[in-house]
Amino acid sequence: MDKKSNASTAITKDVTCPFCGILCDDLVIQNQNNKLKVIENGCSKAIEMFQKELPESSAQIKGKNVSLDDAIDSVCKILKKSHTPLIAGLGTDVSGIRNVMELADKTGAILDHMHGNGLIRNTLVLQDLGWIMTTMAEIKNRADLVIFAGTDATNFSRFYERVIWNKESMFKLKNDDRQIVYIGANLNSKPGINPNGKRPTVLDCETEEIGEIISSLHALVAGATLDVNEVAGIKVKTLQTLAEQMKTAKYGVIVWAPGELDFPHAELTIQNFCETVKYLTRFTRFAGFSLGGNDGGMTANSVCAWQSGYPLRVNFNKGYPDYDAYRYSTHNVLKNKEVDSLLWISSFSSNINTPHASIPTIVMGMPDTKLKFKPDVFIPVSTPGIDHTGQIIRTDSVVSLPLKKVRTSPYASVPSVLNQVIERM
Amino acid sequence: MYIKLTNGVVYDPVHGINGEYRDIYIRDGNITRKPSSNVKIDKVYDMKGKIIMAGAIDLHTHIGGGKVNIARMMLPEDHKADLVSKTELTRSGCGHAAPSTLTAGYRYAEMGYTACFEPAMLPANSRQAHMEMADTPMVDKGAYAMIGSDDFFLRMLASKKDQAAISDYVGWIINATQALGIKVVNPGGISAFKFNQRKLDLDEENKYYGVSPRDILVALARAVTELGIPHPLHVHGCNLGVPGNVETTLETIRAAEGMRMHITHIQFHSYGTEGDKKFSSGAAEIAEAVNKNPNISIDVGQVLFGQTVTASGDSMRQYAGHWHAHPKKWVVMDIECDAGCGVVPFKYRDKNFVNALQWAIGLELFLLVDDPWRIFLTTDHPNGAPFTSYPHLIRLLMDRSFRNDMLSSINKEAAAASTLSSIDREYSLYDIAIMTRAAPARSLGLKNRGHLGSGAVADITVYTEKKDKEKMFSKPDYVFKDGELIVRNGKIVKVVQGATHTLRPEFDMGIEKSLKRYFDKYQTMSLGNFKIDDDEIVEHGNGKIIVQPCM
Repeated sequence: MDKKSNASTAITKDVTCPFCGILCDDLVIQNQNNKLKVIENGCSKAIEMFQKELPESSAQIKGKNVSLDDAIDSVCKILKKSHTPLIAGLGTDVSGIRNVMELADKTGAILDHMHGNGLIRNTLVLQDLGWIMTTMAEIKNRADLVIFAGTDATNFSRFYERVIWNKESMFKLKNDDRQIVYIGANLNSKPGINPNGKRPTVLDCETEEIGEIISSLHALVAGATLDVNEVAGIKVKTLQTLAEQMKTAKYGVIVWAPGELDFPHAELTIQNFCETVKYLTRFTRFAGFSLGGNDGGMTANSVCAWQSGYPLRVNFNKGYPDYDAYRYSTHNVLKNKEVDSLLWISSFSSNINTPHASIPTIVMGMPDTKLKFKPDVFIPVSTPGIDHTGQIIRTDSVVSLPLKKVRTSPYASVPSVLNQVIERM
Repeated sequence: MYIKLTNGVVYDPVHGINGEYRDIYIRDGNITRKPSSNVKIDKVYDMKGKIIMAGAIDLHTHIGGGKVNIARMMLPEDHKADLVSKTELTRSGCGHAAPSTLTAGYRYAEMGYTACFEPAMLPANSRQAHMEMADTPMVDKGAYAMIGSDDFFLRMLASKKDQAAISDYVGWIINATQALGIKVVNPGGISAFKFNQRKLDLDEENKYYGVSPRDILVALARAVTELGIPHPLHVHGCNLGVPGNVETTLETIRAAEGMRMHITHIQFHSYGTEGDKKFSSGAAEIAEAVNKNPNISIDVGQVLFGQTVTASGDSMRQYAGHWHAHPKKWVVMDIECDAGCGVVPFKYRDKNFVNALQWAIGLELFLLVDDPWRIFLTTDHPNGAPFTSYPHLIRLLMDRSFRNDMLSSINKEAAAASTLSSIDREYSLYDIAIMTRAAPARSLGLKNRGHLGSGAVADITVYTEKKDKEKMFSKPDYVFKDGELIVRNGKIVKVVQGATHTLRPEFDMGIEKSLKRYFDKYQTMSLGNFKIDDDEIVEHGNGKIIVQPCM
């Protein structure tokens, strides 16, 4: 910690915020008597999460307070008895996921992340035809056309400040040279107005129709003519103008958020983005960019891939990793009674919808977690990046950032709890 | 604790020992001199007639980092054919072209390898590369930081910053990313591709920066020399895979101006344009140039037939190669004003003219380069073939009749176009010990590895000599890592973690002032968070860091 301390006040700079997938790492955090204040660069979510006071909590077995030691024993008992546990949620850091992987291998568990539905939409595209992707610093310095498809990126609140509207960019790209386009339903296009007041292009359509619009743009870019006047309520003339913009862009980017494309077979829409990008790359430069990875989603997916060979969702019950992006979803395996115990992990958010199933359930959650049911075991856990150090992987799955400890927590970390579970199993 | 390996036939080229009966003594993880006769030997292994070599070292294998992980995620069908179950000792995973980290570590050890080096660690992705390597058990690891298309460096070069400042930057990169060397990939070409250039010859300029690959190579090779980095600049040259690139490669050797340079997977850079198909072998010319220039070392990047995946930092050439993807899916990425990558699955077919000739060109290179100290055995895993095919490759080098049998089964025109059938050379066990042990250790500056002399780390592999060298090298009888028995009869008997090798070259920290400005203005992570702490590598029980001395 690069602290300047006077008495009981400490300031830490370059703090990584783990509470969304773009991982801002320029926060300045003040710790005064173990109470935190975001002094610089905090979005509302960062302020809420860093400044939230540590509530009183205790490990519990069936709602009764117990020692951590007893709770861990109880976890081991449940997992030992279980034929196929489901380890899900997976809101933790690299170290936590490393332990999850070891535990899953040992117990023959199924793994899924709380944002698994979003994660697999991208995975399915990667595994079918692949893609051309870019990362945040490239967008910041190069992108002269940014198309937001089905997302306005406002769930990633500093995205515009950090990569879209820059004071400076390396290749002399001015804010006025950067065209912004939105395609989708009910998108907030205000952040897309540039600092000089230039408004973005907005193509308003249903989320399910975005794929149709992108495919039409793909066709127009490829020189086809469309024998209709409108596609999904958008005039073909408007599409032609945009297609021309796409062709003449020097470095265009299509941005999507797989978690926000929440309709059946949305992966096909994502694939439309990717195939359009590939076509444009035949003569100019274009790339995709995916916004997601909240609650350590990208971390869980990446570590699972390097340790097992497969991205999420994986079943270790046969003694080797068995991958199935659909079958092993939390929803499916609970509904189909394929699992007989549940270990749910969430150390970045407390208001998550922990599934309630009629099987022995263990929750490792933030101390202020409110559950609609009494799990068999509850263990309050500390948060990586506030209460303990660690690493976490950014939405582009290229950059990973170190997490700092800026506060002392009485609660154990997920990695340390899982370590004890593994040792006792 | 003393261990004795007795009655073995030792191949230790560093000490000129070529198949002699020698006893080897190990104490506390290191090889030691014969102790005095009153010292108790705790454990004696009778290695009667067995072949003893140092543990093998792979100095170019893509085992960790973003592009490898993309390959893993992209190829579930490839894993399905090679699933690996957990055992009492080992974790589950999968193998073949893009194996899981754990399986890769186990399989390397089971093949007698004790150290593996990731050649293309993107600085922006170095934290993940180290995390993946830390999760690769059994073997020692290390990585070369890949620069040369990063905007900070190109800005320095374009604004004619002096060599001392460039060397300071390179020194800073090595320290910040915990690297063991410096690699350059398609020098400046990855950046040029972001400006929509589709090819970049050695003397062609990056259209934004106005600098050429030659300028980049010279600046980086000088920096490597000035910093005293033991491993020469590791060069993946321009025009990978392009027919006619033999000229580029010969010119690249000249561009080294006598400075030490390692040209990697040179097979992919040894293509001529002769013949009806305008694709021919340039192996003879390349081998002649390598033989004449003692400052040059190479590894081959041998192609072997079958399904694999190509994973490379060379986004420009990978994009160009995507038309040949098999199965038809591929990934190209631009990364953080730092680098790029491309992942293209590929199937090399023995009946395909180009693939068959690629196979022959690699073997010609192996057999025409005279000095085994300057040529290393690689398939550029997984780009030419998965590393698990090394024993097969060794047999091709050691067994002329086997090689000729294989040659007669490939595409006829390719076989006819190759000089392979006229080459009689067979590698000896001594040659293999040089090119897979002694030479890579020397090239990387690992003074106490790659040999069996007193003071060496006791990384030792023991084989039973067999006529079929593929069988022999597939399944060592014993592998010792740091003096511990880790493999017996080709199977893991003890899981160890291995260490991470790094360097700490000296440089002027003043460079951080301009780096800080650059990061604050243009990057999306802070300078401080870009650097990898020692703790991040060693935590989670993942081995230790060994800082190798600079020259």
